[in-house]
Amino acid sequence: MEDALIIQDLHVRVEGKPVLRGVDLTVRKGEIHALMGPNGSGKTTLAYVLMGHPAYSVDQGEVLWKGQNILELPPDERAHLGLFLAFQYPVAVPGVTVANFLRAALNERRKRLNPEDKGIPIPEFRKLLREKLALLGLEDSFAARYVNDGFSGGEKKRLEILQMAVLQPEMAILDETDSGLDIDGVRTVAEGINRIFNPNMGILLITHYQRILNYIKPHFVHVMYNGRVVASGGPDLALELEEKGYEWLREQFVEQPTS
Amino acid sequence: MTGAHLVQETRGIGPESFEAFLGTREEPEWLRQARQEAWQILRETPKPGPEDEAWRRTDIRALSIEDLATVIVGDGLTSPEGMLQIVERQDDLAGGLLLFDSQPALRWVDEQLGRRGLIFTDLLTAVREHRDQVAPYLGHVVQPADGFFAAMNAAFWRNGVFLYVPRDLEIQFPLRAVIGLQKVPTDFSRILIVVEPGADVTFIDERLADDGIGAAFHTGIVEICLKENARLTYIALQNWGRYMWNFTHERASVDRDSTLDWVVVGMGAGVTKTFLEVDLVGHGATAYMSGVFFFDGQQHADYDTEQDHIAPHTKSDLLYKVALKDRARSVWQGMIRAHPGAQKTDAYQANRNLILSPHARADSIPGLEIMANDLRCTHGATVGQINQEELFYLMSRGLSRAAATRLIVEGFFAPVLDRIPVPDIRRQADAIIHRKLGILAEGDFSS
Ligand SMILES: Nc1ncnc2c1ncn2[C@@H]1O[C@H](COP(=O)(O)OP(=O)(O)OP(=O)(O)O)[C@@H](O)[C@H]1O
Ligand SMILES: [Mg+2]
Repeated sequence: MEDALIIQDLHVRVEGKPVLRGVDLTVRKGEIHALMGPNGSGKTTLAYVLMGHPAYSVDQGEVLWKGQNILELPPDERAHLGLFLAFQYPVAVPGVTVANFLRAALNERRKRLNPEDKGIPIPEFRKLLREKLALLGLEDSFAARYVNDGFSGGEKKRLEILQMAVLQPEMAILDETDSGLDIDGVRTVAEGINRIFNPNMGILLITHYQRILNYIKPHFVHVMYNGRVVASGGPDLALELEEKGYEWLREQFVEQPTS
Repeated sequence: MTGAHLVQETRGIGPESFEAFLGTREEPEWLRQARQEAWQILRETPKPGPEDEAWRRTDIRALSIEDLATVIVGDGLTSPEGMLQIVERQDDLAGGLLLFDSQPALRWVDEQLGRRGLIFTDLLTAVREHRDQVAPYLGHVVQPADGFFAAMNAAFWRNGVFLYVPRDLEIQFPLRAVIGLQKVPTDFSRILIVVEPGADVTFIDERLADDGIGAAFHTGIVEICLKENARLTYIALQNWGRYMWNFTHERASVDRDSTLDWVVVGMGAGVTKTFLEVDLVGHGATAYMSGVFFFDGQQHADYDTEQDHIAPHTKSDLLYKVALKDRARSVWQGMIRAHPGAQKTDAYQANRNLILSPHARADSIPGLEIMANDLRCTHGATVGQINQEELFYLMSRGLSRAAATRLIVEGFFAPVLDRIPVPDIRRQADAIIHRKLGILAEGDFSS
């Protein structure tokens, strides 16, 4: 299917240890899916595998997007297919300014679409950047700072969404974009995400908290437990989890043999 | 280059060669004498070998001193347009100088500044016309006894650059010199900079030869004398051909309340051994030493630095960044020396190496010698590879592996390149870095 990210029976090991044990999940364009689950259940691993992190080896399963299995593609090619990951722990790139980085990323994409492209004109890029900075409540001077170098937790998360705003992906995985943000920050960033979201885009929103779901209304909520999606439902499921925690899942799933 | 040829060749550093060399020079007696003394020292100094501590990591056994062309003159050579363009008269320069195959090919200095006493010319002309500003300094900051190649240069130097900035003259735009080689396969260059009290100047020193020059040889001396309350920004861009031997002795003497900002960009040459030293001789003197180095192929570069705190309340800060590709090798040996009585010394040195290929190698050897007790000295040395998390992060935004690597390497150098106040040099350095990165080979650490 052209308009969905389809994860089928995905098994992944990290340093020899199985972390994902058969994940099934489908996110269509125009949909927002929340993915919740206890620490260590494999959410970030899933996000990394979707984006092509080299440290994770896939044992089994497929990830289909735009009609192809993307698991063999390097991260840059996945990005050019419209995939985007907002990192739970964004990486510092010392000496590289936010502006230079974004311009390089944007130009690279333009070049892949059209090998003749000469890159975005500087004035046009400045205008675009200023507009997106404002969207996330960031000062213009933010663009001159080195990527994530010495950033506060909140600044890092804002930069992730700033990148998403500039790159306009079709499928975005947002890994705990709300953690590290203060109360106003969550609102600003959530509003930014809502503004970016459109019917031609899907979002997989990984979070621990109901708080962000007050601003970003998911169509579906899933629970990951011990490397598998063990429960799926509507927005009510998040409220239920907030109330009950994950203990009840342990009782239900811990004894099951892993196939 | 029709009609261009090389004449009068004498090889080696023996007595006949030196006599022949002196015979080609029309120079004042004081300089002849200085050359003779230097040559005596050279005769008594063996060519350095692996048994010398400073030369343990740089093997020059393949360099035959007997075969070096010590007397050589190019006839009818014309300077390449590209070199002339760099230093021709332009609004954002205060002066320009091109020494091409040891001959002054272009020389100018802003008229107004010239009237106020600024001297910027080739060293031979300066010896003839400005004896009083040259003789007291030449050979005093770097002495023939400093080493084999210092003595060799002092005996055989052919020409060089002289910059003299008179008292209290503050110069807004840089002075720029290019020392270029194309046909003459050996060069003995010498730079002398004297900055009088209260003066402020930026000087760009560019060394250019393309790879086509082959196995050429250069030995250079740089002497800097910075008097009280003065300021010098000295930017050296070494872009020799990749098969050249390159040996230099460079030293700055920094006096009371003066600031030296010394940026070295090293990209060229086949084998380099360089001694770079600052002597902080006056109370309140400050020296910043910054370096950007990128070597590839079989290039070998060995940098020996010294931060000598001789007077109290002096500050030095060294940051050398090195990227290595292919089978390139670098050595940095740094010494901070706080002499007796140099209280309140504030000294820092850091050497960061980025290894881009499995067969590239960096040696980083910091050192402290402390003979005073009330001071602060810190150092750090690292050797690392491209961080895989950074690479993944950048690639996840659509940058190819090559583009991501390039951005990381640029970022690695940026804090030092940002210290270069001349945009054109910055652009040149960026261009060389880009070219050197090229396509990283299969098996390099970014893959
Ligand atoms: N690079 C790695 N090296 C070793 N172990 C890893 C690595 N990445 C993940 N793991 C392990 O895999 C398991 C799942 O980790 P993951 O980060 O995917 O969990 P998570 O659901 O995102 O947790 P959190 O809610 O705390 O972010 C954990 O046991 C973790 O220690
Ligand atoms: Mg996580």
